Amino acid sequence: METIFFYLVALVAVVSGFLVVRCQSPVNSALALVNTFFCLAVFYVMLYAPFMAAIQVIVYAGAIMVLILFVIMLLNLGTEARKRYTHGVVWAAIASLLVLVNVVFFIKRGRVTGAEGDITDYLIKTEGHTELIGKALYTEFLLPFEIASILLLVAIVGAVILAKKDV
Amino acid sequence: MSVYHYLTVSAILFALGTYGVLTRRNAIVIFMCIELMLNSVNLTFIALSRHLNSLDGQIFVFFVMTVAAAEAAVGLALMIATFRNRETIDVDQINLLKW
Repeated sequence: METIFFYLVALVAVVSGFLVVRCQSPVNSALALVNTFFCLAVFYVMLYAPFMAAIQVIVYAGAIMVLILFVIMLLNLGTEARKRYTHGVVWAAIASLLVLVNVVFFIKRGRVTGAEGDITDYLIKTEGHTELIGKALYTEFLLPFEIASILLLVAIVGAVILAKKDV
Repeated sequence: MSVYHYLTVSAILFALGTYGVLTRRNAIVIFMCIELMLNSVNLTFIALSRHLNSLDGQIFVFFVMTVAAAEAAVGLALMIATFRNRETIDVDQINLLKW
C-alpha cells in the first residue's frame, strides 16, 4: 500500500516538475511548482517529519509562491507568450541527463552510511517532532539560528532598497 | 520504502531543475527552476536524516528554506528593478555583462 502510494506521489511530483520546465506561460509553471511542493510535503510526512511538511506548505507553497505569482502578474508577462521561450535545448538536455545518470549511478552503486543519531520513531511519537526540532534549534544550532535572523533582516532591507522607484 | 527510492526521485527533480535553468529564457521561470532544485536537495536531506535516525538534516532543511525565502525577496526585487529599466526580463536580452 505504501509502495503504491509512494510511486503515485513520485509520479505526480515528477510530472509537475516537468510541467514547471515545459509550460510556456510562467503562471502555469508556478501552479505546477505548487503541485510539486505539495507532493514533497507528502514525502516529508511519509518520512516522519510532519513539522517540515507543515513549513513546506506554509513557507514554500504559501509565502514564496504567492510572492512569485505577484511578481508575474505585476510584470504582466503573459503578453509575450507567443515568442520563442527556450534556448540551447540540446546541450542542456545532455548536461541534465549527465547529472541524472551520474547521480543514479552513485545511488545504485553506493551504500548510505554515516554517523547514526539517536532520534528513533518512538522518540518522535512520544516527544513530538516539533519539540525535538525546537530543542535542537535553540541549543545545538543557536548561532546559525541567530545568523539566519540577521540574513532575513538584510534580505528585507535589500528588497525594499532594490524595489524603490529611483535606484 | 528505502532511502534509495527517495534519493532517485530527488535526483530526477534535480535534473529537471538543471534542464530548466539552462534552457528557459524567462528569468522568473529560471528562478522557479532553482527553487525546484533546492527542494529536491531538501528531500535528500530529510530522507537521509530519517535513514540515519538524526535530526541534523532537518535543521539543514530549515536553514535552506530561510535562505530560499531571502533569495526570493531579493531576487524578485532585482527582477522588478530590471524590468523597470529594460522593459524585459528575458535573459537573452539582459546581456550587458556577457563576454
